[in-house]
Amino acid sequence: MSQRGAACGDERIRRLLMSGLDGEMPAEERKELQRLLESDPALKEEWDRLLRLKEVTDTMVFKKPPDVVWDDYWTSVYVRLERGIGWILLSLGAIVLISYGIWVGAQQFVSDVEMPLYLKVAVMATILGVVVLFVSVLREKLFMGRVERYKDIER
Amino acid sequence: MESDFPAEHEVNDNVLVLKAQAGDREAFGQLVTRYMRRAYYAALGLTGSHEDAMDLSQEAFIRAFRARASLDPDRPFYPWLYQIVRRLCFNLARDRRTRRRRLEEATPWLRDQAGARAAVSDPGRSAERAELRGRLEAAIEALPEREREVLVLKEFEGLRYREIADLLGIPIGTVMSRLYTARRNLAEHLGDVL
Repeated sequence: MSQRGAACGDERIRRLLMSGLDGEMPAEERKELQRLLESDPALKEEWDRLLRLKEVTDTMVFKKPPDVVWDDYWTSVYVRLERGIGWILLSLGAIVLISYGIWVGAQQFVSDVEMPLYLKVAVMATILGVVVLFVSVLREKLFMGRVERYKDIER
Repeated sequence: MESDFPAEHEVNDNVLVLKAQAGDREAFGQLVTRYMRRAYYAALGLTGSHEDAMDLSQEAFIRAFRARASLDPDRPFYPWLYQIVRRLCFNLARDRRTRRRRLEEATPWLRDQAGARAAVSDPGRSAERAELRGRLEAAIEALPEREREVLVLKEFEGLRYREIADLLGIPIGTVMSRLYTARRNLAEHLGDVL
């Protein structure tokens, strides 16, 4: 058998093992699995190990949270939604007000003839730095965060 | 008793989605109430933490509400929501600080039914089962995220292969392959107690 053929055979056996364990197997495949298990001791050993694991996982269930959690769930979602909208409005308002303040301050600052040039340059560089950092962080939050880096990697 | 995974509903999801798209928060609230348990348990299986599962499942509903305009009302609501839940959980799991915090604050997220029965009659056996549960949780948490996801959907949510395939948008064969790899890895981790 070619290597590819062997790999396909392995894959089929793995799927037979899974559907056999999970009870999602048609009758004809059950006979095929039975035959394979009888003829291959290593496969039988693996089957027994998977069966023991299945017995363990079958006894485990999710731990339930207290019922009160469900009573407050929607309220919690609603409050978070409302606060999210509040934060967006507050941020937008603050951005407009701060930008206006900076613009007015910068105009007065530039037109001040008594201010030394080096001081003007330093203040402008600081403002420009803050703007660049803000735009960079904003861009990262809005665009880069949406891209799931590993979404195309199949494991 | 209220079920954790409701199956049939009087008002169809698409009616509620259409109302929610029109800005009806009450209709969206009904969707939240209908799917909160499922979203929570999905997140619990992927994060292994009650706090994170609560936070991320709620965050998923918030994002779903904000993105409701992009949802096709003729398509089922939960698979769409589940995509948001899993993306949030995977992003959280990739954060190194989260991993470190989890190691420090690990709390059980599975309940051992056999262990609970043993606790009444045989305390020694109960301690053994508690250790087994702890090791199983750790082994599941160590699995790669896509294997862990399929395993959790199968073992703890009780979905069939077809349902998992539909939920994740992958072929049934891939579901079975991932499940096999996940179980083989778990069996290796638990080798001496199986």
